[in-house]
Amino acid sequence: MEILVCVKRVPDPAENEISIGPDGGDIERDDLVYSVNEWDNYAVEEAVRIAERTGGNVTIVSVDDDEGEEVVRRQMAMGASQGLLLTDEAFEGSDGLGTATILAAAAKNGTYDLILTGAQADDGAAQVGGMLAALLDWPYASVVNLVETNSDGPLRIGREIDGGSQEINEIETPCVLSIQTGINEPRYVGVRGIRKVASIELPVMDAEALGISAETVGTAGAKVRRVDYFVPEQRAAAEMIEGSTEEIADRIVDLLRAQGGIR
Amino acid sequence: MSRILAIAEQRDGALKRISQEVVTAARQVADGIGGEVDVVVVGAAGIGAAAKALGNYGADRVLAVEHEALGAYSPESYTKAIADQVQAGDYFAVLFPATAVGRDLAPRVAARLDVPLASEATALEIEGEELVIRRPVYAGKAFVDLTLDAAPRIVSVRANIFRAHESPREATVETVAAEPQPSKARVREVHAGAGDKPDVAEATVVVAGGRGLKDPENWKILEDLADALGDGVALGASRAVVDAGWRPHAEQVGQTGKVVSPQLYFAVALSGAIQHLAGMRTATTIVAVNKDPDAPIFKVADYGIVGDAFEVIPRLADEIRNARG
Repeated sequence: MEILVCVKRVPDPAENEISIGPDGGDIERDDLVYSVNEWDNYAVEEAVRIAERTGGNVTIVSVDDDEGEEVVRRQMAMGASQGLLLTDEAFEGSDGLGTATILAAAAKNGTYDLILTGAQADDGAAQVGGMLAALLDWPYASVVNLVETNSDGPLRIGREIDGGSQEINEIETPCVLSIQTGINEPRYVGVRGIRKVASIELPVMDAEALGISAETVGTAGAKVRRVDYFVPEQRAAAEMIEGSTEEIADRIVDLLRAQGGIR
Repeated sequence: MSRILAIAEQRDGALKRISQEVVTAARQVADGIGGEVDVVVVGAAGIGAAAKALGNYGADRVLAVEHEALGAYSPESYTKAIADQVQAGDYFAVLFPATAVGRDLAPRVAARLDVPLASEATALEIEGEELVIRRPVYAGKAFVDLTLDAAPRIVSVRANIFRAHESPREATVETVAAEPQPSKARVREVHAGAGDKPDVAEATVVVAGGRGLKDPENWKILEDLADALGDGVALGASRAVVDAGWRPHAEQVGQTGKVVSPQLYFAVALSGAIQHLAGMRTATTIVAVNKDPDAPIFKVADYGIVGDAFEVIPRLADEIRNARG
């Protein structure tokens, strides 16, 4: 199976304090520590496992500037044979639909049976996978936590739905799946692994090569307009409840009752 | 007349509670622009009659797309049914619930109509003639206010943020003919989650535990507290205990799990790693129990108890039972 995995370089929320830049139109990006979006690790791992079972290749793709190469190569080191960087000044500032448009052009440029994305990224929007599928007119399943391949016929996949339930679907290929964390245990990538893929040529495609008109993507095409960023106020420190276990329990019950938590 | 469309969600013919919240949010936007609220609900025959009750929350008109093949969620058929209604209606905005189904549907509908999507909204305001949508980014460490330069403006709203608010009126119900689509993705079966607890993302009360509980067996003290608190209480878990295999992934609260906004959140024997806080910091009231007085959870909690969960929680469950009589 030929598999394309879409990955994104994001500020690592565990490593960074987020503050707002001087003009309020973006977060302060200087000195941010970047890493691959966590969900994408699971998507790449799943793709590599599928390719190990069925044969075929995994290609890692990212819409990014030159800085994206490191993340693409790190993900390739998990077991992908190819990478692809989609870079153009015209791509900068794309909204979800813009990013999906760029990825759809790259997908049409290849012959893929399956496209995997992470279920969401740093902006929590969780939309590029679904939009990509709609643009390609391929079937799509979101929040996938199980993928089973058959030698012939549709994939059998599980989706995480409400209440801890799992919905089992059959889905025809080619299709797009957005992958949930916890579906597998992403393998460790060491320096040796990254060195192994260092010599693989990493093609770079721009808007022209992808046949995308620049005004449909990036800031020019973005219909999502950011008005303001802000950092939420810190909550006041907790009111500490002290005393014997009995006193503590009584006090909590009083508080819950006052707030309507006990009916 | 400007119209707002609220997408209602049903399961097994019954409306999900979040439908009331979506209609409440739609009513708020409609009142801001002097408009009316339509509801689209897709389901088997009779779902329109069930959705008429959304008039209590401000719906003026219910459009029921009914067909026996549409009782359960089917991506292609639901996308077409909803996209057709959106196109027919000339709407100012379309609001989806940010549920498992809504998260699946909204991007498809938006891309099909070639319009953008703002997902997981936590506030909606009309400023002038524009809809300003607030949503969290970077694991809740920042929020962005944005506008959508398109019509209709497609938005999904997060559960438990727009509390259902009554704005009663007599909703009319119109049944719309449906054409189920041949589907390249077919639901075969649903494996029900363990237990009878509601989904942690949609519950109004969550009792969550962490590694400090030492053993999966000890979850029984949390289950007992949840039972004492009544129906509709969900269990949550930190990433550490999910990674350890003590609890299912579906219960994980945090950046890579569920983001929850219940009215009451108990954080028991969990330290409050940044990735957990990202998932629960918007809860209305947070009560934390931890042995370590320096645990980060106390920085976001409203009420903190430094103590042994194995003593405090069973006692608390007893007291709550007594209080409820």
